Amino acid sequence: MDILTLFVVVPVITVFVLMFSKGIKQHRVVALIGFIIQTLMSFNLIYQYLHERAAGNKAIMVFTKDVMWFAPMNIHYSIGVDGISVLMILLTSIIVLTGIFISWKVDDLPKEFFISLIVLASGVFGFFISVDLFTMFVFYEIAVIPMFLLIGIWGSGPREYAAMKLTLMLMGASALLLVGILGVYFNSNADGGALTFNIFEISKVHIPVFAQKLFFPFLFVGFAVIGALFPFHTWSPDGHASAPTAVSMLHAGVLMKLGGYGIFRVAMYVMPEGAKYWANFFMVLAVIGVFYGALAAIKQKDLKYINAYSSVSHLGLVLLALLMMNEVAWKGAMLQSLSHGFITALFFAMIGIIYGRTHTRIVTKMSGLLNVIPVAGAIYVIAGMANLGLPGFSGFVAEMNIFVGAFQHTDLFHRVITILAVSSIVVTAVYILRVVGMMLMGATTPEFKNLPKITWYEKTGTFILILFIVLIGIFPFWWGGIISDSVVPFIKNLL
Amino acid sequence: MKLESMLLMRHELVLTVVVLILLIADIFVSEKNKKSVSYIAVGLFAIHTIIGFLPEKQGQLFGGMFVTNSLVYGFKNILNVGVLLILMSAVSWLNKKSLKYGKIGEFYALIFSSLLGMFFMISSRNFLMLYISLELSVLPVTALAAYDIYNRKSSEAGIKLILSSALSSGIFLFGISLLYASGGSLYYSELAGHIGHSYLSIAGLIMFFAGLAFKISLVPFHFWTADVYEGAPTPVSNYLSVISKASAVFILMITLFITLRELIDIWIPMLYGISILTMFIGNFFALRQQNMKRFLAFSSVAQAGFILMGMLSADNLAVSTVIYFMAIYIFSNIGAFGVVQVISLVSGKENIDDYNGLYRTNPMLSLTLMIALFSLAGIPPIAGFFGKFFLYTAAASKGYYVLVFIAVVNVTISLYYYLLVVRAAFLRKSDNPIPYFKSDFLTRAALIIVVIALFFLGLYSPFYEYIHSVTNIINI
Repeated sequence: MDILTLFVVVPVITVFVLMFSKGIKQHRVVALIGFIIQTLMSFNLIYQYLHERAAGNKAIMVFTKDVMWFAPMNIHYSIGVDGISVLMILLTSIIVLTGIFISWKVDDLPKEFFISLIVLASGVFGFFISVDLFTMFVFYEIAVIPMFLLIGIWGSGPREYAAMKLTLMLMGASALLLVGILGVYFNSNADGGALTFNIFEISKVHIPVFAQKLFFPFLFVGFAVIGALFPFHTWSPDGHASAPTAVSMLHAGVLMKLGGYGIFRVAMYVMPEGAKYWANFFMVLAVIGVFYGALAAIKQKDLKYINAYSSVSHLGLVLLALLMMNEVAWKGAMLQSLSHGFITALFFAMIGIIYGRTHTRIVTKMSGLLNVIPVAGAIYVIAGMANLGLPGFSGFVAEMNIFVGAFQHTDLFHRVITILAVSSIVVTAVYILRVVGMMLMGATTPEFKNLPKITWYEKTGTFILILFIVLIGIFPFWWGGIISDSVVPFIKNLL
Repeated sequence: MKLESMLLMRHELVLTVVVLILLIADIFVSEKNKKSVSYIAVGLFAIHTIIGFLPEKQGQLFGGMFVTNSLVYGFKNILNVGVLLILMSAVSWLNKKSLKYGKIGEFYALIFSSLLGMFFMISSRNFLMLYISLELSVLPVTALAAYDIYNRKSSEAGIKLILSSALSSGIFLFGISLLYASGGSLYYSELAGHIGHSYLSIAGLIMFFAGLAFKISLVPFHFWTADVYEGAPTPVSNYLSVISKASAVFILMITLFITLRELIDIWIPMLYGISILTMFIGNFFALRQQNMKRFLAFSSVAQAGFILMGMLSADNLAVSTVIYFMAIYIFSNIGAFGVVQVISLVSGKENIDDYNGLYRTNPMLSLTLMIALFSLAGIPPIAGFFGKFFLYTAAASKGYYVLVFIAVVNVTISLYYYLLVVRAAFLRKSDNPIPYFKSDFLTRAALIIVVIALFFLGLYSPFYEYIHSVTNIINI
């Protein structure tokens, strides 16, 4: 078994072991062991990857493997990784691991909770390793469906509504995706070859420009819905607010990254002409999303809604950077995906921790929490600072790259868009500092005088996340180096 | 004609023998041991199913009226497995009912005769034979629909089914006669050469199509579906929704592709429009259903729309993907109906609301239901996804992207109502949920086979590759 397929196989084995484990303690331990193995595997993958590159392997994808699946349709199970997917896999395994720590106390149907979480993770892993459109699509849908159960069973508030809305919108997006994929597939013989779903074979084909213009929006919007593009973002605040903590973390931290990753890996790579044709239109939507998300976050009272709109805003930046189409901006987009993954997961973890003690998420009902739960309060402040892009944390590095890349365009249109996007940073500072000021500072609300201390498993989970946020912030060149090596072949194809 | 060549009719002959043994056995088994008739029937049918998988011989009989080839064999085997699963899950229901009425053998004899009709229907290459075998396949089912004689809804279903099938058979026969008038032959292949674009032949095509559309329950010929599915005993609804529909789809496909290929410019737009209508109307009506059987009825109407979409490419790809989809659909629907049936047998409850909290009392049953419904909706890695994806591929291969888009929008709509059931079973809690129960061995075995098949048929690609390799549109 190769090193990549294991990422799909280990979760399946974990699920089987979980099915036959008895009692909540065993469930937790099995889930934890399964994911510690995954995390070790993802570290090993990075090590192996760097080793391979150091040995002089210049291929776009390494550790590739190709097995014929449905021969009549030329569908392959085809996998491979580059620097970006390696880092995304690391992100996923870290967030699921911390998610399991944070949901240590789930007591309603714990076995099913962990199984759904693991199935979701295996879908995400599969998505990041696929280079065949069919395989990729299969894994995408595998990642979406467990969300229905996770939000619906263990969520709070209007959970049935949120679960249904999220699932239907994401499946509707996959409908667009499917049409786009078929459109690409049936044009992949334009140069006289066989029909294929393989991304790298398609990228060598000159798909007719008309077809590119026609099918690019399908693929772009299909992926961008899960990346919370402006008019299609509405599932995300409701979904995040109703989801249990670990699921919000995984969802905002990982699942929403599938959008930007898919656009980068598939939509823009196989249809460069279409991408250029549509870039300006979608750029306007993306910048609306950046600004609208930030403004909406100011008005929210619920902590989870604030963070959900903040995610809309920050992921809008990812889409914007991708549409800027140059190397620096793309590097920034990928760094932002990573950094936002860790930061937002930390945020949702903290919200879960605070909610677990105060049983409210309404900002105005809480005050002075820093006096009662100092460690939790401090971590919340760290998350906030990282989110608004303070140097030394990962957010700064990512946004810096995005804006530098964006400013390389000298025409008026791009300038206006860029300046609007940059000014959203100010709005971000407003909604972060507002929450910190109202909730953490000031005199303590009387009923919250005696809140329990933060526990070991909560500390472990959040410290792991902070570690990575700081690591990206302090060693940006190490992370950026891995990413830019892998961005280059993709940007070359586009220009 | 040599006697060995009769072996080409292996499926039909063995099934006839099974029916005869069963009728005799029914006479000799004493009243006390009536239940054993069920086991004899299922056992015999299992043997028949296994014989079906023995190496095949291709050829034709009766001057080309009856044809077998690998595809036909394969399709008959799929139907056999489907019927076997339906029977396995029907035994407990039948044993319970028969205590009241004291008749069991008839049920099996009727279902087997109907299946016999379908076998002839699939193999026939002559319109007259097609018509006769179609009647043989329909009439026993109408009796079966009214099998639960003390239930008013069941009798109503029987009447509705026989009236609508009589009407549709009449239209079907009229269509055949018009085609005969315009082409001068009843053999598929001979007629193909003589059909032109006359009004007569077009009218014949439309009548013929309408007759079959009743059996497949395409919109606007679907009105009988919900009432009959709801009223008829669940195993019979199950049989109608999968076996009966599958064989009608098969003959629609071969007659259109072989005999009526000259009229392709007429029936392609027809299929296109009816496919869209069927998907939308099936889905919209399914949205508001409370009764699980009516719900599944409309869902199966919508599924028929997808099948028509796959047929549009009118080549090898269409045949192989439609048959692949049908095979998967058979398993998915049997799974869904099977769960509905055991629950209704134990608790008498058939409404979606009654399923609230089902997972907490009967986890295995709920999981089976979820897997079957997800397969119908087309969620990977369950087989239904692969079936649907290949149907889209078939349609897109001829450039029908708009239709594919409409279809995937419909998948999203259908996902909503499938999720309503999942929501009831998994998300909701109930004050009086359906209590824990253990269904009998045969039912459990059938459901386990269904679940395994639903994972296996999709992920294990040689199944599709086999269907693809034996599909040959020239001598289908």
